Amino acid sequence: MTATVPETGLDTNRIRSDFPILQTHAASGAPLIYLDNAASTQRPRQVIEAMSDCYLRYYSNVHRGIHTLSEEATRRYERARQTTAEFLNAASTTEIIFAAGTTAAINTVARSWGDANVTAGDTVLLCISEHHANIVPWHQLAERTGCVIRFLPIDDDFLIPDDVVADYLSRYQPKLFAFGAASNTLGTEYPVKRWTGLAHDAGAKVLVDAAQAAPHSPVNVQDWGVDFLAFSGHKVCGPTGIGVLYGRETLLDAMPPFLGGGGMIDRVTVEGFSAHALPEKFEAGTPPIVEAIGLEAAIQYLNSIGLEAIHQHERQLGRHADEGLRAIDGVRVIGPTPEHKGGINSFVVDGVHAHDVSQFLDTRGVAVRAGHHCTMPLHQAVGVSATSRASCYLYNTLEEVDHFLGAVAEVQTKFARTGRRRRSRSR
Amino acid sequence: MRSSVPVSQRRSVKRFRRSPVSSPSSRPPMPSEQDIYEEHVLDHYEDPYHRGSLESATHADQGDNPLCGDRIHVDLRLDDQGKVAEAWFDGEGCVISQASASMLIEKVEGKTIDEIKEFSAPEMLELFGPKLTPNRQKCCLLSWRVLQSALHSPLGGDGESADVGDDSNGQSAAGSKRPRFSGPSLGEEQ
Repeated sequence: MTATVPETGLDTNRIRSDFPILQTHAASGAPLIYLDNAASTQRPRQVIEAMSDCYLRYYSNVHRGIHTLSEEATRRYERARQTTAEFLNAASTTEIIFAAGTTAAINTVARSWGDANVTAGDTVLLCISEHHANIVPWHQLAERTGCVIRFLPIDDDFLIPDDVVADYLSRYQPKLFAFGAASNTLGTEYPVKRWTGLAHDAGAKVLVDAAQAAPHSPVNVQDWGVDFLAFSGHKVCGPTGIGVLYGRETLLDAMPPFLGGGGMIDRVTVEGFSAHALPEKFEAGTPPIVEAIGLEAAIQYLNSIGLEAIHQHERQLGRHADEGLRAIDGVRVIGPTPEHKGGINSFVVDGVHAHDVSQFLDTRGVAVRAGHHCTMPLHQAVGVSATSRASCYLYNTLEEVDHFLGAVAEVQTKFARTGRRRRSRSR
Repeated sequence: MRSSVPVSQRRSVKRFRRSPVSSPSSRPPMPSEQDIYEEHVLDHYEDPYHRGSLESATHADQGDNPLCGDRIHVDLRLDDQGKVAEAWFDGEGCVISQASASMLIEKVEGKTIDEIKEFSAPEMLELFGPKLTPNRQKCCLLSWRVLQSALHSPLGGDGESADVGDDSNGQSAAGSKRPRFSGPSLGEEQ
């Protein structure tokens, strides 16, 4: 097998030593090869330790006490916000809202901005490749307001050309264009800055679902010019239960609060309440304090390696997997060619259901996702009910991809028809 | 009492005897955790029992697992004594869903309606054999679920929809092929 370090530029040996779980074995006894990173990533020691350090030494609620612990917890919670703002290159920390995840962030925009700005007959434009978190909140908005949801289709190469985007924008004049910066199924990386420009030219606001982008490549909300952006902690080596909503300050300021409760108020009387200023206005209740501290540690970890370097590494692994899969007889890659993709490859094996593929790969220690990956409309459009998906991250190696490809090549043999006969039995 | 034992670990010998050809009686039927694709499972997958449709069916239904796309259709012909005279299935999906359907269909012919109604989900998993994780149990139980609903889905005759009651959508039970969603129905929110 080939040495991995010089080929992608990342020192995967050193990186892997930071992730205790990668030293474990699958149930079959085979060493674990974790290729389900688009669903959720693993955590390095640094993140786990930052979180336990908080619980062990300075945990308290934030923004409430005057005591030492609360001051320290608040300082660290707000420092995490600062680190996150820098990670996205936001203009101000007031534009960074901590939410439960990407799903909660998008729902906040749909409920708050959507209910206040979208009315019957308005259009919300999405891509057919969106995952359900960026579809269902808009279906719900349509149920409340009577707005119309339209989907940009993919072409025969699984791509959405710029001219089709421009055409839909001019034809339907959407109030909002909400799209994933990268598809969790096709692996396609979309031109966020270009599409945002097109949308703004057509008078639409832009929400970018960066759940599959923020973990893998640099995000720059000011350069891209987006109005809203969301991502999840658990997909950037951080904890579950936390995500980020970025919103342009003028927009967030004008939006009504969504969840009500402690933390988001300025004052409360028997007659009513007045909302706190940003960002607390959108952070009702005790926030995910330790999760924010863990998220900061994750961002610092990724920064220490470099998002650009991570991206190049993943693209190389993704290309290797793509080419290897296409070379296997009876395997079809559901997604565009490597130059359009990051580290995600979805595929089908002719005659074998995705669940059986995944189950078999598990016996070889390889963890991949099987199913519809929360993109049912996309699967309907492509005409398959389920796919298998291998998604790489910074700790994966070319050797692991080779091992995965070898296991996929075995799948058809395992399930090949061999003229078996069902054995009769007495009832 | 029985239910205190995890479903997937229970094995009944008396309920499902294998023929001597396929397995000596001494065979310990504990599959390795990894090999849910036991020989007899693959046999049923490749050479299923009564796969196809039944012209003379009196009862039929179909169902799917939207999460994975497994789909099963069951046709039954019930005789005057309330027994399953003939049973067929069709569908598509993973090995588990299709092989388990074959096993089930082979088992139910000759059984009475009451016997089928009493045939429980744990017994279905037992019939299948290899231990399944909860996610794969759904695949295995799809045909069992459809079989149970097929008993309540008579075909033909106009009189049938009377059982269903007043349905403003005009959907009879047998004709109800609307997509099924897990979780709350969007229609309920209004």
